[in-house]
Amino acid sequence: MNRRMVLYVVGTVIKIEAALMLLPLITALIYKESCSSAILVSIGIALVTGFAMTLIFKPGSKVIYAKEGFVIVSLAWIVMSLIGALPFYISKEIPSFIDAFFETASGFTTTGASILTDVEAMSKGLLFWRSFTHWVGGMGVLVFVMAVIPSVSDRSIHILRAEAPGPVVGKIVPKMKQTARILYIIYIALTFIEFVFLFAGGMPLYDSIIHAVGTAGTGGFGIKADSLGSYSPYIQWVITVFMLLFGVNFNLYYFMLIRKFRSAIRNEELMTYGVIVLFSIVTICVNITPLYETVSESLRHAAFQVAAIISTTGFATTDFNLWPGYSKTLILLLMFIGGCAGSTAGGFKISRIVLLFKNIKRELQKLLHPRAVATIRLDGKRVDEKTISSLGAYLAIYALFMCVVVFLLGFDKFDLETNISVAASCVNNIGPGLGAAGPASSYALYSPFSKVILSFTMLLGRLEIFPLILTFSPSTWVKK
Amino acid sequence: MDIIISGVGKIGLAVISTLVKEGHDVTVIDKNPDIITEVTNIYDVIGVCGNCADCETLQEAGVEKAELFVSFTDSDEMNMLSCFLAKKMGAKHTVARIRNPEYNDHSIGFMRQHLDLSMSVNPELLVAQELYNILKIPSAFKAEYFAKRSLEIIEMKLKADSPLCGKKLSKLREKQNVEFLIGAVLRNGEVIIPDGSFELSEGDIISVAATPGDMQKLLKGLGIITKQARSVMILGGSKTAYYLAKMLLSSGNEVKIIEKSTERCEELSDLVPKAVLINGDGSQQELLLEEGLRSLDAFVALTGMDEENILISIFASNQNVPKVISKVNRDEMVKMAEKLGLDCIVSTKSITSDIILRYTRALENSIDNDSIESLYKIMDGKVEAMEFKVNKGSGLFGVPIKELKIKSGVLIAAITRANKKTIIPSGDDCIEQGDRVIILSARSRITQLSDILR
Repeated sequence: MNRRMVLYVVGTVIKIEAALMLLPLITALIYKESCSSAILVSIGIALVTGFAMTLIFKPGSKVIYAKEGFVIVSLAWIVMSLIGALPFYISKEIPSFIDAFFETASGFTTTGASILTDVEAMSKGLLFWRSFTHWVGGMGVLVFVMAVIPSVSDRSIHILRAEAPGPVVGKIVPKMKQTARILYIIYIALTFIEFVFLFAGGMPLYDSIIHAVGTAGTGGFGIKADSLGSYSPYIQWVITVFMLLFGVNFNLYYFMLIRKFRSAIRNEELMTYGVIVLFSIVTICVNITPLYETVSESLRHAAFQVAAIISTTGFATTDFNLWPGYSKTLILLLMFIGGCAGSTAGGFKISRIVLLFKNIKRELQKLLHPRAVATIRLDGKRVDEKTISSLGAYLAIYALFMCVVVFLLGFDKFDLETNISVAASCVNNIGPGLGAAGPASSYALYSPFSKVILSFTMLLGRLEIFPLILTFSPSTWVKK
Repeated sequence: MDIIISGVGKIGLAVISTLVKEGHDVTVIDKNPDIITEVTNIYDVIGVCGNCADCETLQEAGVEKAELFVSFTDSDEMNMLSCFLAKKMGAKHTVARIRNPEYNDHSIGFMRQHLDLSMSVNPELLVAQELYNILKIPSAFKAEYFAKRSLEIIEMKLKADSPLCGKKLSKLREKQNVEFLIGAVLRNGEVIIPDGSFELSEGDIISVAATPGDMQKLLKGLGIITKQARSVMILGGSKTAYYLAKMLLSSGNEVKIIEKSTERCEELSDLVPKAVLINGDGSQQELLLEEGLRSLDAFVALTGMDEENILISIFASNQNVPKVISKVNRDEMVKMAEKLGLDCIVSTKSITSDIILRYTRALENSIDNDSIESLYKIMDGKVEAMEFKVNKGSGLFGVPIKELKIKSGVLIAAITRANKKTIIPSGDDCIEQGDRVIILSARSRITQLSDILR
């Protein structure tokens, strides 16, 4: 394995992170808050580490293979979360380092699960950093590195593959760098449009920025104790729409930009996404109507919560913990589905589910007609058999992983509903769970052990399990 | 520049690698999904899986915006059809590989015109030409011609007994009565653009530029054998062998072809009746000796197997055949063959990718600029030798060369005037309109003549 190259790229990522921390520093300086010194110290530490790593590990050969791609991405994400936790820890606003690490990992993985009991007591600079990590993690920091740093490696496709979620990852234009840039331009533009809508709707400037970046990364850190409950219905609707938009494959936006509307609209994944969202909103709305005064209110809450869960954002306008059983069950199921591949959303991904069902249908057909030969098609194109078989492997490891997390959480003092929902919420990078970890409460009561477990669960979920497992399996590192 | 390449074979891969290094946006089409995965893993390109003569596939590859469409699939007909479609769908330029000899005779011009092809490439013919050039000057292991054969650049390796060893370049030029230039020296894998005080030593690979007439005189004067190869044995009756045999026979050489398959032998004897065709297995040493291996001037191994070519070539060298050339396609094999002592190796891949490289460089060049006429990678691919035709727009007229601020690692090797006179320029010569200028460049990427300036 090309260890020097791995560490070199990780060092580069740390440097980029130091640069990104300038934004919360500016925010803290504008509001004249004391946390600015803590941020400054963190930037210093990041810069020294980053430069030391890139200088010491200047690679001789820049050739990387799939293995290096996995390891680079996993290490980068872990190190990023460790360094990103420093401002919280140094400023003593989150006194325990484990808590700070949990919060940052939750931020970068766009989960939005929080250990804070009183969000409103935090300083504005750190709250900005907390939400900004969503934005950085949403599209992927290594994709960002590829967009700005001149040619990391000719084979950087391995890095993109390890970081970008979805069963099949491809480029949209021939050059990696150009692809990364296009994705980021779309991302920035959509974020900005949302910000304009929010700001025009009377939201304060600071709140608009926080919520725009929080939605863009499908993260879900809010700055109010009741998340978005106290904002106007207009703002809630705007955020509903944008949460859904950020759950769509970004390649489709690119197709629209280059006027290939047909392939954008006729996308099977997008259609399935639409059907699932509509079905859930309508049935939940009917189910919860008795709880609210008007139908429009219950529709708004239903739509917001469905969008927040399926896009794995995790904002809330109401405590869905108090909803009837049907709605809660559906919410739990939506957690597993997640958004489209190639979006900033987490979860199992709609395209995987579509493929899975097509495969089940084919297997059934094979039982009836043992000699039948059928290929699986998606968007009118044949899907490689390798993709199908790796999909089965992913489903297996995903289910196994869920069970392990639920088992490990069993050592803590919460009931099964809470544990299962928390595991689902963290694996799929959503944020709130059900029961004791519902949208109205936080993860503060979990033991440090569970918090560490959950932090890694979030990272595993964001990187789709395989990269991290490979990084920590000895055979990856043994020199042969 | 947006370039689409269809068909990823050995040559296709070499072309992709060259074009990616040049920084182009490359889209690759192939019908095998595994190959597409492989290519996108190694190179920064985007892959489309499908039939390259299918309009939908072409559309997906973005043919309407492509500057260049290159078709290198196995089948000539497929290449022609896909280029034709690509052109009709909006690709600006198309290049097809057409290697069937029947298409390559008189009908090629007609086909090129009516299929709207910008260029057709026949790798086998190109290799044959290269082999023919080398056989004309057996002491060189690579020879390229520029400016309509009015300048020749050859590569030579200095053996221990070479009279050039230990000589300073300035002394050499005084002694010899001809105009020539040692433009580049490859020593221990490093390229040096030498000046007058440079001393040659054993093991150096040098590239020498001179007019063909002067080159003969020079080599004679230096005591290096320049006898043209008269009797040549070709192993393997491939298309390349056919083209080469035809060229050699038409300039009055003796050609013997050894080919395993009886059918192919009959075909060849029909096509090149003057050649002696031997039906047999060339890897049998007894057969080679029986057919007079020891009395040959040159031996050319052209079978489809790299390994076979290398091994039989080594055997031939050991039998003291004065000139042994082997065709080796895989890069790793080339390195190994050189280690085993074979110095004259020809690769179809690099010859073809040079052609495409020249073509793309020329496309990048705007119309009123000086146009690239030819481009070859010499000295192990480390030096580019280019020929430019100087047009009106050039800003280099009339300035003596010593006053031009030329980049380091770039050399003006020769100038061919409009009246066909070729000079090896000294500092006082000027570039004039209508000249053909031959440049050697070791480091910089040059697409137009003015790029040579700092």
